[in-house]
Amino acid sequence: MAPYAGSTLQAPDGRPDKRMTEDDVVAQLSSGMTIGIGGWGSRRKPMSLVRAIARSELTDLTIVCYGGPEVGILSALGKVRRVMYGFVSLDSIPLEPHFRQARQQGTIEVVELDEGAFYLGLLAAAHRVPFYPTRAGLGSDMMLINPDLATVTSPYPGVDGVHEELVAIPAFELDASLIHMNRADAAGNGQFLGPDLYFDDLFAKAAAATYLSCEKVVDTGTLLEEGSLHTLKIPRIFVDGVVESPRGAHFTECPPDYGRDEAFQKAYAATARDPEAWRAFVERWLEAPSHAEYLKRLDAQGTDG
Amino acid sequence: MPSTSSGSTLKGQMVEMDEHMSAGDTLHEPAARDEVCAVAIAEAFRGDGEILCNPIGTTPIIGGRLARATFEPAMVMTDAVSVLAANPLPVGDDDAERLVEAWMPYRDLFDVVWSGRRHIVMGASQIDAHGNQNLAAIGDWRRPKAQLLGLRGAPGNLVNHVTTYWIPNHSTRSFVPTVDVVSGPGYDRVAPLSAAIRTNHEIRRVVSNLAVMDFETLDGDTGESPRMRLRSVHPGVMVDEVVEATGFDLVVPNEVPESRLPTDIELQLIREVLDPRGLRKTEFGG
Repeated sequence: MAPYAGSTLQAPDGRPDKRMTEDDVVAQLSSGMTIGIGGWGSRRKPMSLVRAIARSELTDLTIVCYGGPEVGILSALGKVRRVMYGFVSLDSIPLEPHFRQARQQGTIEVVELDEGAFYLGLLAAAHRVPFYPTRAGLGSDMMLINPDLATVTSPYPGVDGVHEELVAIPAFELDASLIHMNRADAAGNGQFLGPDLYFDDLFAKAAAATYLSCEKVVDTGTLLEEGSLHTLKIPRIFVDGVVESPRGAHFTECPPDYGRDEAFQKAYAATARDPEAWRAFVERWLEAPSHAEYLKRLDAQGTDG
Repeated sequence: MPSTSSGSTLKGQMVEMDEHMSAGDTLHEPAARDEVCAVAIAEAFRGDGEILCNPIGTTPIIGGRLARATFEPAMVMTDAVSVLAANPLPVGDDDAERLVEAWMPYRDLFDVVWSGRRHIVMGASQIDAHGNQNLAAIGDWRRPKAQLLGLRGAPGNLVNHVTTYWIPNHSTRSFVPTVDVVSGPGYDRVAPLSAAIRTNHEIRRVVSNLAVMDFETLDGDTGESPRMRLRSVHPGVMVDEVVEATGFDLVVPNEVPESRLPTDIELQLIREVLDPRGLRKTEFGG
């Protein structure tokens, strides 16, 4: 291979610069959209983007996720018409209390799938096929509670000569996905430094547009200084916007940069039982006009004790 | 399964332990109910070999780790932070040093589920005579009286690999004639499904705070789905007590043995290695 004539560690000109703000991302979204949200439970959720939706005019959304506090927050604010999920949990608090309330009051529609089956819906969308087959769901009430779920008969006979019936998990058609990474470059190459990527790469591939927030935007040439090659799982061809958002996953965890803010999460969870506390939470945290202002309030709270 | 008192066995092992290791003071306390339950869960894994042992909940985790530390050393275990750890870890200790033997992010975990090389221990808010489990909701699923954990991975688990249930509050509220939502399908639900599913599906045990149940009731080709059978009662529990606390007709054999007591080595492992902080006590109301 002929040596590259220029400086070998400099990217050629013409790579896009996709940096934007949380509000720029929201401006790309519209009411009624189906939006995938990465992370898992109360882990590495793009919370600064979720809060930007919370303070926007957006409504009638369908959100698709391995759900955490984004489900409770956006449901309680009336932003969400429908939630498609593998589960909804805050991890250290197993039941998301605002989600629980929305379910018991019947204020949201839901599509609940087996956790593994949910992965296949993302995979089908990423691969642009109409469905992936699985046995998960047969025999359980997953088929009854989701009357739109269909089965498909295998075109191949099994060892017993029988053509097996399988569940066809439909591709999740996502208008947009929101994910949070530890690092990214301005062109949209994303890096996770924690123990699990979860399904963020599939959310990016499944969506018509993907917006990535990250703890820190770095030069492409320094990405490999903090993590091995194997951490670069989000190539820029699947990313449309990059938001630098330090502590952007707060109060969910974002290792190794920070753990979950358990005290904050506990306070959030308690607001489900107390409308006044919820109103105060919304005003102080969800209606903070920018992520910078949110961080300022957070730091002030730290010094308040 | 021996039905006699294990006193003589216990004594024999005590002698052996005195010769080979010094048992801590903790061993002077006789086995408590929570320790009998941990051993009953460990027993569910006997014979599993080199698979993913995947217990959920405090007592199940202690039971799984106990099985691996004693009679099932080939099993692999996750520790809930994306790795398989090869050393015996104290339950609930996130900072314990881990001997990592493989990376196991969630996506790979689903691959293991679908491979069948896994035995999970799950809870059940409700369970019926055929082993149908409800983790999802109480009341009508569309607008539940109480939203519970959800289907979670139960539908996929049951049709792919072995499952054991852990129910620390055995009562007619948890052992019910009909569950409100089927998260994990029982034997009657999988009977009409494919041969592959029927082969993969096994509810090995149901361990409660009172007893151990199984589904080993199918004699010959009666064509009936297996029903829950009383396998053993924990020491101090009467058979009638279990029958009364069960909201359906439990199959009760003529002779019901007692669940076995932990060996001294097992007691030492539980008390000093796997759960030195006594977290298992919190799953038992009193």
